[in-house]
Amino acid sequence: MREGLRDGGGVITLELPKALCSDTGAQSSVVLDGLYGTVGDALDALGKRSPRALERIMDERGSVRRHVNVFVNGESIRFLDGLGTPAPEGSTILVLAAVSGG
Amino acid sequence: MAETRSKAGRDPEALVLVGTMKGAFAFRSDTKRKKWKMDGPHFRGEAVYALLHDTRGGRARTYAATNSMHWGPTVRFSDDGGKTWSSGEGRSVRFSPDSGRAVAQIWQIAPGRVDNPEVLYCGVEPAALFESRDAGQTWEPNQGLLNHEHQPKWQPGGGGLCLHTIVLDPRDNLRMLIAISTGGVYRSDDGGKTWRARNAGVRAEFLPDKHPEFGQCVHKVVHHPARPERLFLQNHWGLYRSDDWGDTWRDIANGVPSDFGFAMEMHPHDPDTVYIVPLESDMFRCTPEAKLRVYRTTNAGSSWEPLERGLPQADAYETVLRDALSSDKFDSPGIYFGTRSGKLFGSADGGTNWTEIADGLPPVVCVKASATAAA
Repeated sequence: MREGLRDGGGVITLELPKALCSDTGAQSSVVLDGLYGTVGDALDALGKRSPRALERIMDERGSVRRHVNVFVNGESIRFLDGLGTPAPEGSTILVLAAVSGG
Repeated sequence: MAETRSKAGRDPEALVLVGTMKGAFAFRSDTKRKKWKMDGPHFRGEAVYALLHDTRGGRARTYAATNSMHWGPTVRFSDDGGKTWSSGEGRSVRFSPDSGRAVAQIWQIAPGRVDNPEVLYCGVEPAALFESRDAGQTWEPNQGLLNHEHQPKWQPGGGGLCLHTIVLDPRDNLRMLIAISTGGVYRSDDGGKTWRARNAGVRAEFLPDKHPEFGQCVHKVVHHPARPERLFLQNHWGLYRSDDWGDTWRDIANGVPSDFGFAMEMHPHDPDTVYIVPLESDMFRCTPEAKLRVYRTTNAGSSWEPLERGLPQADAYETVLRDALSSDKFDSPGIYFGTRSGKLFGSADGGTNWTEIADGLPPVVCVKASATAAA
């Protein structure tokens, strides 16, 4: 299911894992309409709509959780500029659980 | 007590909630507590360090502190016996963004006073106390403790810098006590505005000064509401009792194989009776002599007796953690504990006779028992 935030401007798509959506009120695919310079800006926009979902992705210090990976158009932001990585119009931001467990 | 019939005329039900490293389980039985029905796992794959079944205010709400390795810690609650769960809609158990801190684990969920059924408390890592005044929808950190002058000097124990124990005075709404590993015991007499270290007499074996004002590694504190000023404390080495709300402590390790351990639980009806599960040492955190024994005092710590009937007495290298020992409220109280090896034991006669309720669970980190109206 897709969910739009209509602010005018470009389009960014956020793809979230179902495990994250189950009790956070978020949809698994979120279309952000507007101008978002960076991945951090786009995640902030998600947080305004689904604060519980953002809490699962980032901690209080504003850091992406250790075992969560965020990709922009297939590239991990860990190897780019982190949350400051540009999120150009038309890009897809993918949030995935890292390969970890016990 | 709970063995009287509920208002609806139904017999009460024994409910034992079990938190493990990979989810939560609920065990239910009738008043005999011989046959158990297991429900779970809830929160598959997530560590559940704290559970609470809260029946205040005419509500039957179950709270769970869950922690996903991927998605972090949160408090969830259910009003339908665990069929559905919610994580609330307001501010969750989180520090402010400018604090520089992030909640790593929620170690305790404790109910507020009976006459204040909307109030709950959470103890978290790094050590802090959170309070909810709307039955878990929104949470705020206690500022007095958050900004305490000792706070920068608290050090993490093996499990992290955790606030794991919350004790309320049922007679004085302004008094409460918390315990931190490692920070020690702190008490507030003004409703949580200010806190004073209350560790006089409690040793810190791991520090050059064995009797510091604070910094002790307290593992658990319990008391009985009928005699709230008298506290019992399981320390990282040491068993203690205070008769003055923690102003002073004295050693009560009289006849135990080791005064090291984590778990401690109060008898629900007798303020002189306390249960512990000693472990050999901090270097070998297993039951002494490979015998799984609960120890009980019935005279407020003057002596302790082993309870072993029905428990393995050979090759039992078990560990029982600080919140994994609990009692229900039946007239003949049930005592329950879980082990890191995934076993759950129970006694329906105050600890004299034990049976294994479950085996093969993930490592047990908390057990919370209660007697409740049958569903």
